[in-house]
Formats: sequence, C-alpha cells, structure tokens
Amino acid sequence: MSQKIIIDPVTRVEGHGKVTIYLDNDNNVSQSRLHIVEFRGFERFIQGRPYWEAPVLVQRLCGICPVSHHLAAAKAIDVITGAGKGDGLTPTAEKMRRLMHYGQIFQSHVLHFFHLASPDLLFGLDAAIDIRNIIGVAKENKHLAVMGIMMRKFGQEIIKVTAGKKIHGTGAIPGGINKHLSVEERDSFLKGDNSIDQMIDWSLEALAFLKNYHKNNKDFIDNFASFPSSHLSIVRKDGAMDLYHGVIRAVDYKGNRILDDVDYHDYLDYIAEGVKNWSYMKFPYLKHLGPDKGWYRVGPLARLNTCDFIPTPLAQKEFEEFRSYTGGKPNNMTMHYHWARLIETLHAAEVMKELLNDDDLLSGELVIKGEKQSEGVGVIEAPRGTLIHHYRIDKNDRIEMANLIVSTTNNNNPMNLAVNEAAKQMMQGQREITEPMMNAVEVAIRAYDPCLSCATHALGQMPLEIVLKDKNDTIIQVKRT
Amino acid sequence: MSKPVIATTSLAGCFGCHMSLLDIDEKILDLIELVEFNKSPIDDIKTFTKPVDVGIIEGGCCNSENIHILKYFRENCKILVSLGECAMMGGLPAMRNTIPLEECIREAYLDGPSTSNVEGILPNDDELPIILDKVYPCHEIVKIDYFLPGCPPRADLIWDALLHLAAGKKLELAYESFKYD
Repeated sequence: MSQKIIIDPVTRVEGHGKVTIYLDNDNNVSQSRLHIVEFRGFERFIQGRPYWEAPVLVQRLCGICPVSHHLAAAKAIDVITGAGKGDGLTPTAEKMRRLMHYGQIFQSHVLHFFHLASPDLLFGLDAAIDIRNIIGVAKENKHLAVMGIMMRKFGQEIIKVTAGKKIHGTGAIPGGINKHLSVEERDSFLKGDNSIDQMIDWSLEALAFLKNYHKNNKDFIDNFASFPSSHLSIVRKDGAMDLYHGVIRAVDYKGNRILDDVDYHDYLDYIAEGVKNWSYMKFPYLKHLGPDKGWYRVGPLARLNTCDFIPTPLAQKEFEEFRSYTGGKPNNMTMHYHWARLIETLHAAEVMKELLNDDDLLSGELVIKGEKQSEGVGVIEAPRGTLIHHYRIDKNDRIEMANLIVSTTNNNNPMNLAVNEAAKQMMQGQREITEPMMNAVEVAIRAYDPCLSCATHALGQMPLEIVLKDKNDTIIQVKRT
Repeated sequence: MSKPVIATTSLAGCFGCHMSLLDIDEKILDLIELVEFNKSPIDDIKTFTKPVDVGIIEGGCCNSENIHILKYFRENCKILVSLGECAMMGGLPAMRNTIPLEECIREAYLDGPSTSNVEGILPNDDELPIILDKVYPCHEIVKIDYFLPGCPPRADLIWDALLHLAAGKKLELAYESFKYD
C-alpha cells in the first residue's frame, strides 16, 4: 500500500507551510514536499507607490526580521537617490545602519535558538508535546530561558534606538539614517547588568551549551538530514564575513568557487528562479549551472562556508574550530546550522560592542544625496541568509517594478531535500508513523529557521497533521498532534 | 482554580504582533505562571485540546485556510481578540485589494525579472489553499470581541489586555491607544 503523509502546519518555525511525504508499497519514501501555502503579491501591489515608502512598506513582509527588509530596501533606494552603490553613505549613517542590522541578527538568532529550537535539544525529539516549548524550557532550565529572553531584549533595544521602534521602525531613509545615538542611549548598553559585555559572555555560554550537546549527540547532530550542497552569501571584498555589505560568493560542496565575488547589482546575470505548481515559493538557482545543479544553501551555515575569516577575535576563534571540524572543507551538516548561528550571534555581539564605542554614532552628517537613478538593487545578509531587493521607478518617482528574492526562498530546494532526508531516516520502512517521527521532520525544517512568511511574502504558523492515504488517494489513517 | 487558557495564531500577518507579545521580555516568565498556553505557533499544540478563554488572532484572511482557522478559533475560544492592523483592517496585505488577483500572480510567477518560467507553471496543486479575491479583516468573517490597534500593538498594551482578559475583566482602551503606525 502506498501512502501519503501530510504535516500541516509545521510549528515552532515562523511561517505557513505544510509537508507531504509519499511512501511506496514497502513504506520507502518516494518523494517529500514542503509546500508554502501563503501568497501576498507584494511585487505587484507596491507598484505605483513613491519609492521612498519601500523601506517602511516592504518590511511588513516579516515582523521577525523587519530590519533586514528595511535595510535591503533602503540600500536599493540609496542607489536610486544617487547615494552610491552601498559604499557612499556617511560614516554616521553606515555605522548606525550596521548597528541596527547586527542588533537584528543578534535578536533573531537568539529567538531562533532559544525560543524555537532549544526545546528539541533540551527535551529530545520524542518529549511530551506539552513541555516541548519555551515555557517548558523556562520550567526545566530557567537560566537558559532568562538568557534567551534578555539577549533578545538587548537586540530589540538596539533596534529601537537605531530604527525608532522595535518592530517596523523608520530609521533608514533614502541616502542615510534619520537620527544619531544619544550618549544616554549608548551608555545604557555599555553599563549595568545587561551590558554588551554580558551579551558576549552569554553568547559564549550558549555556544558552550551547544558544543557540549554536540559532544554527547554526535551521530544526531552530524548526520541528521545532512546532504552535500553549494553555499552562497555576500562576503566583504577581502573575504571577511560581512552581513551588511559585500560581493556575492558561492562555493560547491567541495569548496570550489562557483561564483567568484561578483557585484550584486548584476544579480540577474547569475540568479534565476523556477516555479513549481505545488508551492507558492519559487526555487532559485545559479543560471550557469541550471535548476538541477545550480541550487544552493544560504544562512549561517552557508556564510561560515563562504567567508575566509570572521573579523572579530572571539568569533574568529570559534570559526577556526568550526572549520577544522571538517578539515577546512565546506560543512554540509544540516544541524550544524545551529552551531554556525551561535558563532554569528557571538560575532554580532562583538560588532555591536565595537560600534557602541564609536563616536561617529553620536554626531556627523546623516544623509547624502546625488544624481537620481531609475533603478537600484540592495542585498543584505538577513539572519536566514541572502536577501535581494530590486526596484525600478518611473519619471514620477513611483515604483514601477519590484523584485524580491528573500532568504528562505533561497533555501527552498535545500529545505525540501532536508525534509526528504529526515523522512527517509525516520520513516523508511516503519510500520507505524509516530508523532516523534513527524517532529523530526519539523526539526530538519527548523534548522533553516525558515521565515516562510517572508518567503511567500507572508507569515504564520505551521501545525502538524499526518494523513495516510493509499495510492488511490483514499484516506487510511489520520493523525494529529 | 485552573489557570486561564490562551491560544494564538497568525493568519495573513507578518508575525510582528507575536514578536511584540514576546517584547514583554522578562514578564514572559510571569505570564506563564498566570496563564496556560494551548494551540499556538510558539508550542507544538496543533489542535485545541481544551476550551480556551482568550484567543488572539494576528493577520487578516487572504486564503481559504485562514478562514478555516479563524472559524476554528471562534468555535473554541470564549473571547476572541483581533491583534494589530492586519486582523482589524487587513493591513498592508490588503493593499492588493485594489488590484486584480491575476495581476499579482502574473507578476510573481511569470513577469518577475528573475523568474524563469517558460512553461507558464502557476501554483495550483490540491495541497495549496485557495487564494481569496481580496484580503478580509477578521470581524467580517466571525464575531470579534476586542481589537488591539498598532503595527504592531505595543508590548505593554498587549500585556495589559492579557492581564485584564485573563482575569475575566472587560477591556476598555484609552483613546490615545488608537495609533495606526
């Protein structure tokens, strides 16, 4: 009897999606699909709006990392307003935006690791459903929960003083930023119980927690839902990790460069997106390799595979340990996304400390303008990976074309593969499909931290329902969690 | 006495309202002492396991699945709250209401500059919910008891509302709370 298993919706990820897994007569997994079920239509309905509205409108794609969209749109609009192609802002504007961005990376990575993923590590994939959440974490290990809450708060407060609001702020404007940091604001992050130094210590503690877990659960962390892939991100021109600005680099699973530090303004020469009828999310790939071979992963794991070094000392030390684990070759282990994510969390804290001690934030020119252009591209490394915004305007300054390739869309094919690998490892040949097996599939999705709302240009939750059907599509069994 | 039961969902929203709820920060630890969470994207409870006192809805309705979930919440929650502008008015996603749906789909899957789709494939699989003609606010689909404005509503506004409703009190919002940002 062949079966179809449906997981709908997936929870503890931020987005609307469901999973179908097809089993053949011997319960071998024949195919798995992650369906993205929401559609927004941003690219069309933003047409006709004045271009300077883009950074505040488009961030409403996602309330989890609105800063990423805010800044990617602002970078594209900078080009249109004649403020250069990503390197023309005043030091004050560039550094305020960087502080906003690294605050965002910090809070989003913390949210993902502590609030959403840590229950699986703390309690196990097969723990009771009613404790497998952040509330369960708070009861089991209050220190871990408090760390998560206070670290997220720190990142959100950084966003508030740079963007004006914790969620959907207005700080980045065409050609710059609309405020300085005050001395009082700065000092609130440098002193006290929840200072930036505390954040660096806690980032190290979270890493120690994860590395200890890895030591005790090597087989799971190294092998679960793993597969070889290419990796793509922006890097600084000298090969350093830079999450705000750089050139696009991609490597294959062996580490060979397949995209060699190209200018992201030419992204259309290198990246295309395919469409499949079973998902509202498109499937990006590198054009010169085609849709079958050209897909790639983005996000923390990819970024640690593409960059040559991390330009802050503590994170660099962790990076060296991470790279030596795979002998300097790209790391293709899906669950290592969490390891990479916590190294970036530490890096973000170190960068914030540098910036908070920089007097350029306290005074200086905020905005520059130049000769108006009709088109602009902005690319940024969002918490979940490479994010591309592209706008063209008409003679009345209205947007006439908008194109968005968001981080989770870049991870569409890899997430489908991860689901398939997890299903194979957990369900292949099993007589009965249990709730822990279904949760395992969700664990694989959670490693990517998918912001599915962004991806379809929407967001929501994914509960889990499994329907077993025979090959005639007749329902044999329904399981709900 | 058992704790009041809370459930939450995000329909056609951006999750920003849920994030604003988390922005109560250390009060999260107080909240979980005061109330019990049932179905919510922050836990793994995917179908209601008991009657719920307060249901919180983020986002409006843009597809058939949103309508289904919203009705499911209404049936299981004594009090239902529209949280934020998308639930109250459709919000930013409702910007598509002035444009034919076909044009939005065409732009996303056929005409986009990075889209490569010579076969003209459109998402239409049976597993996908049907997109509605426009985005609807929640109170046009089911009865909504309270509305919390903002994009997103401020964390302290959500916190006050939860404290009131969990204690079985009526909610009265000050005039100045009605900010649409």
